[in-house]
Amino acid sequence: MNNKVKILTNGILRENPIFVLLLGMCPTLGTTSSAINGLGMGLATTFVLICTNTVISALKNLIPDQVRIPAYIVVIATFVTVLQMCMEAYVPALYASLGIFIPLIVVNCIILGRAEAFAAKNSVFSSTLDGIGIGLGFTLALTLLGGIRELLGTGKLFNLTLMPEEYGALIFVLAPGAFIALGYLIALVNKIRKV
Amino acid sequence: MAKLKSTLPNMLLSLTIICMCAAGVLATVNQQTSGPIALSKAAALENAIKEVTPDFDNSPLDEAYKAVTSDGDSLLIYPATQGGQSVGVAVESFTMNGFGGEIRVIVGFDADGKLLNYSVLQHAETPGLGSKMQEWFRTDKNKQSVIGRSLAEGNLTVTKDGGDVDAITASTITSRAFLQTINRAYSAYRGTDAATGATTETATDATTEATETTETTEEGGENE
Repeated sequence: MNNKVKILTNGILRENPIFVLLLGMCPTLGTTSSAINGLGMGLATTFVLICTNTVISALKNLIPDQVRIPAYIVVIATFVTVLQMCMEAYVPALYASLGIFIPLIVVNCIILGRAEAFAAKNSVFSSTLDGIGIGLGFTLALTLLGGIRELLGTGKLFNLTLMPEEYGALIFVLAPGAFIALGYLIALVNKIRKV
Repeated sequence: MAKLKSTLPNMLLSLTIICMCAAGVLATVNQQTSGPIALSKAAALENAIKEVTPDFDNSPLDEAYKAVTSDGDSLLIYPATQGGQSVGVAVESFTMNGFGGEIRVIVGFDADGKLLNYSVLQHAETPGLGSKMQEWFRTDKNKQSVIGRSLAEGNLTVTKDGGDVDAITASTITSRAFLQTINRAYSAYRGTDAATGATTETATDATTEATETTETTEEGGENE
């Protein structure tokens, strides 16, 4: 049981996909211009990660080794497309703001990485837990980064004004701000992990 | 159960089955969601039309027709009528010259050609900069607002280009592109003024015209 809890919490700090593994940087830098976008992208990726980890783990003995990558990619792409169609139908506003990044979840290396490194070797239940853990770690990192950029850039947090917009430094909303904020966050997380 | 060996039949069978399952799942989800997707798109467009035109009692979506702008493109026009009288139109306009590419705006004019309101349907401008256009051009401050302006005296341009509309701070390209969508909308609307309250006949006319003008559009693109 202790082992399962460890799998679940692994992804949140010790193996956080963004701050520690540094995987999936493209959606991280691209979508985190606001906290709500970061949260939306994180949850979308979490959904895909849980589904693919579970399915791939269940199918792992039916997939011959030499064709495992194409098989995994088909499974991942299927879930991403399902997610994309559902989002377009039921949450069009979020779909409009995340736009191009939803299909790009297919090539997010966290998902294939977890399929290859974890789901292909562990039981279905453990793989689901790993998907939840890594997904939450990813969501947490994206929301944190998005929140910091939104606050420093526009003075808002989840669209609530916390300080006048004039005090915001525009650069944090733009791409360079993503690199700066991410760099400081990684440094901070490294410091916390060392203690 | 032991892991399948990587023999040719095994690999073929396994990949084929996985692909077939994936296709089945996608077909089902597509069937389930295509209805709601079409509905939510139509609802978004209808809301935008309501927002930019005066009260109407017809159904602009069904009476939409195409009109040609002065630079040869064709835009969709949704006429709004109240008791058979034309009260204004909503024009679905676009430009490819935005900072992030395409900008689609729906613009409402009243029967006299005065700009009533606008609504940005789709854009890819920088968040926090160009994306402010949704609010900027309706804020009544200095020369920001375009609401209530009449385009009869000429096109709207930003102050930097000698016009009298204040551009969004640090987003002149977006502002130029946005005003271009408005100017194009007006030119489409004026060009077909007589056809307001269109019939099926004008609708088919416009469609054939639209296909013909595709070539001229490309030529026109060069001198921009």
